[in-house]
Amino acid sequence: MGNDDRTRRLVNGLGLFSLGLGVAQLAAPGAMNRLIGAKDDTRTRAVQRWLGGAREVVAGTGIESGRSPAVWLWTRVAGDIVDLGMLGTVLGRSGRRAKTRGRTAVATAAVAGVTAADLLAALRLSRDDTDAGYLGNGRRGIEAKGAVTVNRPVGEVFAYWRDLENLPRFMTHVQSVRHRGDGRWRWRANGPAGMDVEWDADITEERTDEFIAWQSVGEASVANSGRVEFRPAPRGRGTEVRVRLTYDPPVGKLGAAVAKLFGAAPDQQVRDELRRFKQVLETGEVVRSEGTPEGAKSRRTVAQRPAQPAPA
Amino acid sequence: MRATVWMDKTHVEVQDVPDPQILNARDAIVKISSTAICGSDLHLYNGFIPTMRKGDILGHEFMGEVVEIGSAVTTLKVGDRVVVPFPIACGGCGACERGLTSVCENSNPNATMAEKVMGHATAGIFGYSHMLGGFPGGQAEYARVPFADVGPFKVADDIPDEQVLFLSDILPTGYMGAEMCDLTPGDVVAVWGAGPVGQFAIASARLLGADRVIAIDRFPYRLRMARDGAGATDVINYEDVPVLEALDDLTAGRGPDACIDAAGLESHIDVGPLQAYDRAKQLVMAETDRPHALREAIMACANGGVVSVIGVYGGFVDKFPMGAFMNRSLRMRSGQCHVHRYMEPLMERIRSGELDPSFVITHRMSLEDAPRGYQMFRDKEDNCEKVVLSP
Repeated sequence: MGNDDRTRRLVNGLGLFSLGLGVAQLAAPGAMNRLIGAKDDTRTRAVQRWLGGAREVVAGTGIESGRSPAVWLWTRVAGDIVDLGMLGTVLGRSGRRAKTRGRTAVATAAVAGVTAADLLAALRLSRDDTDAGYLGNGRRGIEAKGAVTVNRPVGEVFAYWRDLENLPRFMTHVQSVRHRGDGRWRWRANGPAGMDVEWDADITEERTDEFIAWQSVGEASVANSGRVEFRPAPRGRGTEVRVRLTYDPPVGKLGAAVAKLFGAAPDQQVRDELRRFKQVLETGEVVRSEGTPEGAKSRRTVAQRPAQPAPA
Repeated sequence: MRATVWMDKTHVEVQDVPDPQILNARDAIVKISSTAICGSDLHLYNGFIPTMRKGDILGHEFMGEVVEIGSAVTTLKVGDRVVVPFPIACGGCGACERGLTSVCENSNPNATMAEKVMGHATAGIFGYSHMLGGFPGGQAEYARVPFADVGPFKVADDIPDEQVLFLSDILPTGYMGAEMCDLTPGDVVAVWGAGPVGQFAIASARLLGADRVIAIDRFPYRLRMARDGAGATDVINYEDVPVLEALDDLTAGRGPDACIDAAGLESHIDVGPLQAYDRAKQLVMAETDRPHALREAIMACANGGVVSVIGVYGGFVDKFPMGAFMNRSLRMRSGQCHVHRYMEPLMERIRSGELDPSFVITHRMSLEDAPRGYQMFRDKEDNCEKVVLSP
């Protein structure tokens, strides 16, 4: 996670830096002018305030909002170039006055340093601007999690999941899970673009009525692992089920397609699956409507069929 | 089959659509004998409920004959005459176990949509938007009924449709509105809205022992029905008298012990500028619901009293008198009706003659006339109170 964390910290730092600098430029443009060795008059103050301060505050707010930080970082890079240009002008005009010239040079060096940091962060974020984060050793992966309460005793809920052959009943993209007989399970799932993907997985760790962990083995085209935990819900309300899945798609075309398959909301897909899991255990079936004939599936929310029977 | 289909805001059509098919083992197909237009259908008609799609079959009050059952249905057989509750309930989740069938945790396959709007999802409802499941409704010749071993309520052949049809929604809804008031003898109840649900709330409040029940509306024919049909002791036409003053007058300054909002999100008010303010906010989507009745119910309620909300709300309200609500120790109860738990006891009251819900029916039409029925009901044309359709 190191790389990912470092990027996140850098981006956050730059966002806060933008906010701080912007507020200073807005509130005290005169002092800022003197600090960088520029001429201080109403015109340069206006430039400080509106061309500099307002821009920094907008960029900082954008970055800190967490929504498309890469885009905001690129606006920072553009702003840095404008700043460097202006500092160059100030440097050219400062002539003989060594003291102000020195200040401007320091400011220019500082801006150049920040520009490098902005550029680095923007490049890093743009490169991984998918919802996939970094897994260990720098590989891209998809993590998804979800939880649900099932109104059945913990033993029954555990046993149903432990028989992995049941999983396709509520995991829509999984076609089958078959016990190979040697403690190893053969998974077959819908892959991207109509391809089927298959892999073997082992149960790596389990404790009856508490948890099950599994992990794909060998040359899985999509390395993946999962862990599901079971806990009795308070006041006899059944069982709390918590799931965490990790997919580690390979680099290249297949990996990109898998990432796309999981879309912008991998957690949502897990929640859909858990909703169907709950339905199967509590009602014996996956609930369907004419608007959503395949049952709970958030992708359907944008492509609902009308609520009328399908043609026979 | 023929079915009433939502095409667009204020545009419904009766069209040919495919017949329903069994999709799950616990389904049944019901051939519909009677169905009704609900006041809450008018919210769909007027475009206030999000996630409607062109082609959606409307209707959530219906009854008829079982013509096909799925392989897992053991409690029904072909030929049974049934009334179908409007919320779809699985019978197996925690909510169903506690009798809260309108918040069934399993019956809405589009729960994700509902969660986005409401935080947590509610049950699926027949013919009531995709957010509530995307299920076709019962203003049609046939309907598929999921969890048919839980919902459909068998009725004997010797009792006419008109007396039992409203067990599907409005009678239990009105009853639950009164039940949530926790009435004790001597209580005074005020009911905002004398539409069909309001009528049944009034009748139920009387049954549950309220001393005095006050109906509030602006249509004289509805207030007449409230007095003569439902048993209201007093009526207030808010176009003629200020409601709060009239209620204070009737209760010697205490206010009603319980206030029932049976009007909901399209309520109307006689104060022009306030009505204009809320309509304007609804138009620009800054507020989805127009809560005049609810605001007034809160202001009117006696200290320590109950505000019972059975009128339908879809999203957000504005200018909610929280100060009055908090400082005066009010309680609020609400919910879509948990119909399943009321069918049996209300059926007994109908059988015993204590209650004849058919008094609200003013118009009987063919299913083919549904579009005209919607328009008449919406415009209160020809003193329209309740439209029953026969396929």
